[in-house]
Amino acid sequence: MRGFAAAKKARPFVPVCHDMSIAGALVGLHDSGALWLPDEHTLVVADLHLEKSSSFAQRGLMLPPYDTAATLEKLKLAIDAFDPHRVIALGDSFHDRHGSDRLPAAYRAMLTTLQLGREWIWVTGNHDPIAPLKLCGETADEVRLSGLTFRHEPKPGPEGFAEVAGHLHPAGRVRRYGRSIRRPCFATDGERLVLPAFGVLTGGLNVLDEAWAGIFAEKRFSAFLLGEGRLYPFTASKLLAD
Amino acid sequence: MHAPADEPLPKVFQEWFQARGWSPRAHQLDLLERAGAGRSTLLIAPTGAGKTLAGFLPSLVDLTKRGKRRPGEAGRRGVHTLYISPLKALAVDIARNLEAPVSEMGLPIRIETRTGDTPSHKRQRQKQVPPDILLTTPEQIALLLSDPTSERLFADLDTVILDELHALVTSKRGDLLSLGLARLRTLAPNLKTIGLSATVAEPDDLRAYLVAQPKGNERRLSELVTVTGGAEPDITILETGERLPWSGHSARYALGDLYEVLKEHRMTLVFVNTRSQAEMLFQELWRINDDNLPIALHHGSLDVGQRRKVEAAMVAGSLRAIVSTSSLDLGIDWGDIDLVVNVGAPKGASRLAQRIGRANHRMDEPSKAILVPANRFEVIECEAALEASKEGAQDTPPLREGALDVLAQHVLGMACAAPFRPDGLYDEITSAEPYRNLDWETFERVVDFVATGGYALKTYDRYARLKKTGDGTWRIAHPKVAQQYRLNVGTIVEAPMLKVRLIRSRADGRRTPVGRGGRMLGQIEEWFVEQLTAGDTFIFGGEILRFEGIRENEVYVSRSRAENPQIPSYQGGKFPLSTYLAERVRRTLSDPSSWNVLPGQVREWLEIQKARSLLPSRDGLLIETFPHAGKHYLVCYPFDGRLAHQTLGMLLTRRLERTGARPMGFVANDYALAVWTLSDMSQRIAGGQLSLGELFDEDMLGDDLDAWLAESSLMKRTFRACAVIAGLIERRHPGQEKSGRQITVSSDLIYDVLRSHEPDHILLRATWHDAATGLLDISRLSKLLTRIQGRITHTALEKVSPLAVPVMLEIGREPVYGEAQEVLLAEAADDLIKEAMG
Repeated sequence: MRGFAAAKKARPFVPVCHDMSIAGALVGLHDSGALWLPDEHTLVVADLHLEKSSSFAQRGLMLPPYDTAATLEKLKLAIDAFDPHRVIALGDSFHDRHGSDRLPAAYRAMLTTLQLGREWIWVTGNHDPIAPLKLCGETADEVRLSGLTFRHEPKPGPEGFAEVAGHLHPAGRVRRYGRSIRRPCFATDGERLVLPAFGVLTGGLNVLDEAWAGIFAEKRFSAFLLGEGRLYPFTASKLLAD
Repeated sequence: MHAPADEPLPKVFQEWFQARGWSPRAHQLDLLERAGAGRSTLLIAPTGAGKTLAGFLPSLVDLTKRGKRRPGEAGRRGVHTLYISPLKALAVDIARNLEAPVSEMGLPIRIETRTGDTPSHKRQRQKQVPPDILLTTPEQIALLLSDPTSERLFADLDTVILDELHALVTSKRGDLLSLGLARLRTLAPNLKTIGLSATVAEPDDLRAYLVAQPKGNERRLSELVTVTGGAEPDITILETGERLPWSGHSARYALGDLYEVLKEHRMTLVFVNTRSQAEMLFQELWRINDDNLPIALHHGSLDVGQRRKVEAAMVAGSLRAIVSTSSLDLGIDWGDIDLVVNVGAPKGASRLAQRIGRANHRMDEPSKAILVPANRFEVIECEAALEASKEGAQDTPPLREGALDVLAQHVLGMACAAPFRPDGLYDEITSAEPYRNLDWETFERVVDFVATGGYALKTYDRYARLKKTGDGTWRIAHPKVAQQYRLNVGTIVEAPMLKVRLIRSRADGRRTPVGRGGRMLGQIEEWFVEQLTAGDTFIFGGEILRFEGIRENEVYVSRSRAENPQIPSYQGGKFPLSTYLAERVRRTLSDPSSWNVLPGQVREWLEIQKARSLLPSRDGLLIETFPHAGKHYLVCYPFDGRLAHQTLGMLLTRRLERTGARPMGFVANDYALAVWTLSDMSQRIAGGQLSLGELFDEDMLGDDLDAWLAESSLMKRTFRACAVIAGLIERRHPGQEKSGRQITVSSDLIYDVLRSHEPDHILLRATWHDAATGLLDISRLSKLLTRIQGRITHTALEKVSPLAVPVMLEIGREPVYGEAQEVLLAEAADDLIKEAMG
């Protein structure tokens, strides 16, 4: 019997983005799933779902307790690459409302180090509707910046104009040579943008699912699938439902 | 006390045999004598030898001698005999067959079954008032043993009868059962076992499985009774005047001939290897069924009600033919079948023998069978299988090493029954043959896994499922743990299935939303549905259906008027070609003097191959390279089964990439592997830039394999099964719908996290072990690479060779594998850019 060779060490992120305009504001989509606002020197990450595995362990399902570390590691790479003045965590940063309380000391220290020397905003989400405990940073339900509104859950219809949100964990599926490929993605119609989930232990919801009704007009949006070192753009008409 | 041993068969039994003009067979008396002396015994006999009666006779006699419990007799009696079968239908069937002699002889014996279908009030009663004989399945044994009452229930257990043992031991169910047996032996130390089996390659494996193994290297074996003889089966290969196909698995060419054969027989059982083949053949047969023969379809995905109907019709003799997958492989006697047809290659000599045994359930008459090869290679394979059958050769797989995920499930079950001492449980577990080599450290890690997930990072102690108490025993932390265990018990992890519901089509002009409430047709694998888009047509349940959409866990379909389905649901052969048959096929190919048994078309094909290229040798590897349609191909012929070839293809493309050969893809079948590249491989080989010896070196099983496994979807599928069995993630139960994919945790993500943070985790070890012998067949690939070292023959050709045609024809039908994903995405995205800019 044999084991696996240890995984490769993570490569640093390259701070090159796919630049585009959302409701007139310049933003950069990064293949890590983070959003970069160059004018504001701000990095936005959605749906970290920290302490998700311990949330399951409480119910007797002993998922690997490494997701928090892995997500923070990934966040660190993104922060190292961009060195932002401000970080916005766009809600569901913790998997449940006690998640920040359960956060082991080592990760708390790591997170605090990441926060040093920059502004940090915890936007509330449905999983974490309250401010995290024993952590730095401000808490807000919404943030306005560069003419854009940053909130966790996208608002349906015209209220969502110039909005950047998370919550839905967008994923896109395409087919090529009979084989289907499904990846997390950014979804946008140019007027609003939904970010993929940044946490490592998070699934995705197909952007053609019914849950998206009211967010984008049917077939009138694009998905940017996350790839290795680049994004793959598709218009909605080229995507497949699950 | 028992009657003296000089009268083995009581009078009432002798009279019963006489009244029917029968006499007990030698092996039945032989088994009775050995079992009567309390010795565990393996009975190997062909079908129709009266195996089942032989197995039960010792218990029936013993229970008769014991007599009724007298009023006032102290104590309550537990179960006397357990009968365990791999199929619940078989347990029910045997119970029915057993009732007849018991009631005819008026024996004071109570017989009951217990399966997943047994109502809960009856299960409760069985615990309070146990029957004398209980017929059940391995999963039910695990459930009963996890119950705190099991100690009383099995305290009087005398005999365990294991039916179809050859089929049970080859899977994780066999592992689970071996652990259950070990516990039963602890509860009832005088227990004896009786194994009933078809002929196998290594009887000693089964004999060891039946008894407790001592510590150390000594292997203890049960007694053995072998019934030889039985009439030799009458097997032929279907003769046809049609042109034999080069590739494919449909055997459509043989339909007319096959139909004529069906007309000449009373009832024919037509075996195919996959569900989709069954669907296709059934449909095609009905298309030409001018005589309106009652032909039915039977496979595991069909609705249970429909399957029961077909089975009843078989028993009643009202069918002329049944097209079936392995769902009818095992021991149930479904009536008077006088012919077995095997469509496609049999893939293994023993598998063929067992299928043929379905015909003519009487030992002294020959079973009749016809093999229908679906393509030219399969002709050679069928010929090899036929010869093997004449020689009585067997190629059943060797006994498995007990799986660690199953062990984890068992440990939790034992904790639910009662607090355990680790050393005592360890001794019990290692007395089971599949776990005899389990070391203490691994056992401790499994216990640690069950308690807190077994991670190096100890953060879950406060959520532990098992807790160590002051007296050194482990106990479950909460009654909820036992509930969770009961929902998760068993080792069969089905691919996630969706229900198929028939509705009216949206394509008929009604733009209304899809309505509910149509008829349920059965279940279909989720992965298959995932490749469909609305409007696609496919075959299911013998009809061409149009895919309409998915709602929750149901697939909505409508009837289609299409002639041919657009989406082939072909899934390759389910079972890889056995090593034994592969060796015989290579032997035939390499020796033209043995070709006289082959049909003219096949002979001609091989003759041209011999003239234009080379013949594969018996132990070496033939590699051909040639250009075709703007690409360059490398085709090799290992004959080691599709799974091993796929793994080989994956690794070869990685290595070719490194040599700069620019590989584009590959396709594999049971016999050959084709890889295509942009650069000219013939030239590179001639120019010394590419060494075939290095390309096929065994070192590919090192880093290349590790690197590929990180991404392999097959590995992720294997991991999912292990994680469910071990209780890391919850089993999805029917009726539970997917509540928003972003909420559920996907096992793929867990795999990724685990692999990068704890590569030595016990579940990854279990996954690796499964994959090596299962979907990736690494063990076979490893043997292949060893075999061909220094024996590679290469020939550079101008064009495709005759032998390469079958595998070349599969290109485009098979999906593209693995890491081509990034390339495909880039291509798909760049296409769009071209479209937009062009």
